Order: sequence, then structure tokens, then C-alpha cells
Amino acid sequence: MTGQDALFEYLLRLSDNALILGHRLSEWCGHSPALEEDLALSNVALDLIGQTQLWLSLAGEVEGKGRDADKLAYLRDARDFRNVLLVEQPNGDFALTMARQFFFDAWHYLLLRELKGSKDARIAEIAAKGLKEVTYHLERSRDWVLRLGDGTEESHRRMQTAIDDLWMYTGELFESDEVDQAMAREGIGADLAALHEPWLGLVRATAEEATLTLPQPGWAQRGGKRGIHSEHLGYILADLQFLQRAYPNATW
Amino acid sequence: MYAQMVKTGVDHIQSKEEMSPEERAFQDRVDADIKIEPKEWMPEAYRKTLIRQISQHAHSEIIGMQPEGNWITRAPTLERKAILLAKVQDEAGHGLYLYCAAETLGVSRDELLEQLNSGKAKYSSIFNYPTLTWADIGAIGWLVDGAAIMNQVPLQRCSYGPYSRAMVRICKEESFHQRQGYDIMMKLAKGTPEQKAMAQDALNRWWWPSLMMFGPSDAESVHSAQSMRWKIKINSNDELRQKFVDQTVPQAEYLGLTVPDPDLKWNAERGHYDFGAVNWDEFYQVVAGNGPCNRQRLRTRVKAYEEGRWVREAADAYAAKKAARAQVKAA
Ligand SMILES: [Fe+2]
Ligand SMILES: [Fe+2]
Ligand SMILES: [Fe+2]
Repeated sequence: MTGQDALFEYLLRLSDNALILGHRLSEWCGHSPALEEDLALSNVALDLIGQTQLWLSLAGEVEGKGRDADKLAYLRDARDFRNVLLVEQPNGDFALTMARQFFFDAWHYLLLRELKGSKDARIAEIAAKGLKEVTYHLERSRDWVLRLGDGTEESHRRMQTAIDDLWMYTGELFESDEVDQAMAREGIGADLAALHEPWLGLVRATAEEATLTLPQPGWAQRGGKRGIHSEHLGYILADLQFLQRAYPNATW
Repeated sequence: MYAQMVKTGVDHIQSKEEMSPEERAFQDRVDADIKIEPKEWMPEAYRKTLIRQISQHAHSEIIGMQPEGNWITRAPTLERKAILLAKVQDEAGHGLYLYCAAETLGVSRDELLEQLNSGKAKYSSIFNYPTLTWADIGAIGWLVDGAAIMNQVPLQRCSYGPYSRAMVRICKEESFHQRQGYDIMMKLAKGTPEQKAMAQDALNRWWWPSLMMFGPSDAESVHSAQSMRWKIKINSNDELRQKFVDQTVPQAEYLGLTVPDPDLKWNAERGHYDFGAVNWDEFYQVVAGNGPCNRQRLRTRVKAYEEGRWVREAADAYAAKKAARAQVKAA
């Protein structure tokens, strides 16, 4: 894969994570445990949609085939999506949503902190803007892991289950393939393996404070970055892309 | 409106002579446009009516999140998705301000939500209609938020301080919503033939329910007269409906869409549009629980509330533990 192709691929990974997780969070709007959470979850979703627009526009520019952010979001099929499996997992209960969010936010935060120093000024700029938002996302999701982990017996049980259920999707975050390695070598992307220790440190400390037990390291589910997804993504896209597919070439 | 047919519990309007000295002093303040604040004395009927009105309004904001939320995951572009999500989020915020305003009258948000969930409290009839296509999102912003603004702009001047201040914040956002709704309609009306048909179909379905939002004629209603006397209602339902029609018909014309009312025509003598009779049977059926979505809306609300209970309990338990730990540390 040549430089521009790898860069395009890399940008799709960044944007698809934001797009799909933002979509999942937006499903909560109007259904969350309290009005304050409808507001807060929507805020995070809106940040992620905003980040998607920036990453995807840049991806379209880099690709140079005239695809803008909407074309890339609405007219690719599941096999061409590059998000990690973690973010497409269904919302489940509030504990699952918050555990998913915390695992992702902690990684996202560390990643953007690296990308802020990217040699590619466009990436550095988007990362710096995103980092401010994600710093707050992480604070919030970490707080919910504490509240639920150390709340009531029921909330503890639910949060523990959520962590157990999602653990196998966290490994993929730190695996690098040729694309990641090429980007890291060129100083454009981050060394994903190097994020693992700080991530584990943060997750361990949080789990401990929340009286939760982290599972043993085990087999990681992987494939999202190569377009091998879970069955869930197809349904997300069926919703997301419905109008663009049903009315081709219309503007909205 | 968002609060339709609010009962005041009175059977006639008291003359000043019939009033107690406290009641008279209260009415004098209202007449002089002095805002009533939570700690001040107020007639029990005023307090109760306001709770009914404000909570109905709050419930409408919250239930109203459902028909629009129905299209968040299917919005056609990233920008439309962000705008719609932000709009529905605003409605949650409106609900929150209004529950807070109601709480200043001595009732808790949880009590009010229990009333909503039990089906005892009402919310605006409009939200019991389904959003079937993307154009419905445009039509709601344009017509429903438009009708809400009609009613709420005057309420910024209402006599109860916390309610009037909530209205000021809410109105700013509602006019933004209306512009965005109209913008969706504009794109559709100038779009492909299918899009234009979608826009017309949405107008056809939402026009009459929007007119119903203002409630039946209340010219003869003692409740309405009392609410106006208290300045928690500023205009009659018919006045507002007429104003809405007069404002909206030219907007529909500009879109190239047809208002689904064969009797609609400009009356130069009155300086207003004449329009056809609203089907009040349908309205009363919807208010009585027989609209297309009443059961669905309530069930969805109750489900979110019940499924969120353990989360709210956990947050309380955690806060209590944290406070206890802080106390031990301090000791
Ligand atoms: Fe509102
Ligand atoms: Fe509204
Ligand atoms: Fe609104």
C-alpha cells in the first residue's frame, strides 16, 4: 500500500470509530435514565459526529476521487468500514454503554494526545480539537464506571458484566497492521502498542476504585479495521444510509 | 398548545370586592405587571393551575422527543443528523428548565414524572401523531415549533417569574428549530419530484393537527378567562390559531406547497385568512388517548424511566458513599 492509500485507510479508521460510536450514542436520545443523561450523551454524540465530519472530509481530500464526508459515510457498505468492533457493539443497558465508552475514551484520549504531534499538520489540528472534547468524555465515562461499580449491588453486578462482555473487544485497539506501522514510522500516526500500558494503567486504577475486577488478558476479537465486522454493523448502516440509498442523487 | 385546556379549578371570576385582602394585593401586582416570585403569597388556585400548565408543557417537550428522535439515526446527512440530535437535545433541556420552574411551586420532578407515566397528566395532542418520513421532521420544525412559538412568545411576559424566564430561554431555541424545519422543507420542495411529494404529504398530515395544538375555542371558557386575569395565558386560542394561519400560509406558498384546506382564502375585509373547520372530534379522541401513538409514546416513556431506575439509584448510592467517606476524612 502506497503512502496516500495508507493515509486514506488510516483516516477511515479514525473517522469510522467516531461515526459509529456517535451513531450508537445517538440511539439513546430520549431513552436514557434521566434528562441530564439525554443531554450529556447527546453532547458526546455531537462531538463525535463533528469529529467524523473533519476526519472524513480529510479522507475524501486525500483519496482525491471527489467523495466528500457524506458520500463516504452514506455510500460505503459494511466491508469498507474500518471502525473497531468495540464501537459497533449494541448499547445494551446503561452499564454496557458506559463501559464501552470508558474503554474507548481512554484509548481515544491517548491516541489523540499522540496524534496532536503528528507530522501531518491537518491530522495534528483535528486531533488537538478532538482531544479537548475527548478529555471531557473520558472524565464522564470514568465517573460513570465508578458510580455504577461502587453504587448499588445491582449496578455493580451490571457494570461487572459489561466489563466482562466487552473485554475481548479491547485488544484490537492496540494491534497494528502494515497501515498503522507505516503511519507510525512516518511520524503521521501513533504507535498503538505503546498505548497499551498507559491504557491498562488507567483502566486498572479505575476498576480498582470502582471495586470491579478486570478479566485476565485473553483472546482478542479482531477484524473491524480490515472490514470484517460483527453482524451489528449492517443494521447500523441500514438505518444510517436509508435515505441516501432509497433516493440516490437527491440533496437534503 | 403545549398546554391545552388547562383547568383552573374556579367556577367564576371573582370581582375585586369578593377577594380577600391578600388576593386583592396579589391581583394588583399582576395587573401592574410585577412578576410573582416563588416565595411570595399566591392564591392556591393560581399555584395549582401553574403546576398543571408548566408540567403539561414540560411533558410535551419530553414526549415530543420521541417523534423527532425517531429519525435521528436515519437523518440523511451528517449535518442534518447533528442538527436534529441537537434539536431533540434542546427539547430535553426545555423539559428540564420547565420541571425546575414547576419545582419552585412545591412539586418535585419525580412526582410530575409519575403523573405523566401513570397517564394522569396530559401533554400536547400533536405528539401522538407518527413521523413517517424525513419530511415529517421538516414539517414538525416548521409547523409544530412554529405553533409553539406563537404561544410561547407572549408567555415570556407571563406573571410568574420562573416560568417567564424559562420561556425567554426556550423561545430563542424554538425559533432556531423553526428555521431549521423550514430549511428542511425548502430543500425538499426544491428537490426531486419524490422529495417534493414527500414534503406535500407531510404538510397534508401535519396541517390540521398543528391547528389543533391551539386547543378548541375558549372564548366562553371560565378557565381561560381566569388564566388571562392571572396573566398566565395572554391570548385566546382562536387569536393564536388565526395568527398562525396568517403567518404560515404565505410560507407554504413560498415553498410551492398546497395547504390541505379547500376553504382557505384571504379575506381582505378582515385582513386575515378564512379557513375551514377543524375536526374537533379527532382532537378529543386524541386527547382521550385514542390517537395513533398515545399508547406507544407512553409505553416508551415508562420503559425509559423504569429501566433507568437502577442507574438513578446507583448514582444516589454512590453520592451518599462519597459524602460519608468525605466526612470520615474530615473527622
Ligand atoms: Fe421545546
Ligand atoms: Fe417544541
Ligand atoms: Fe423545539
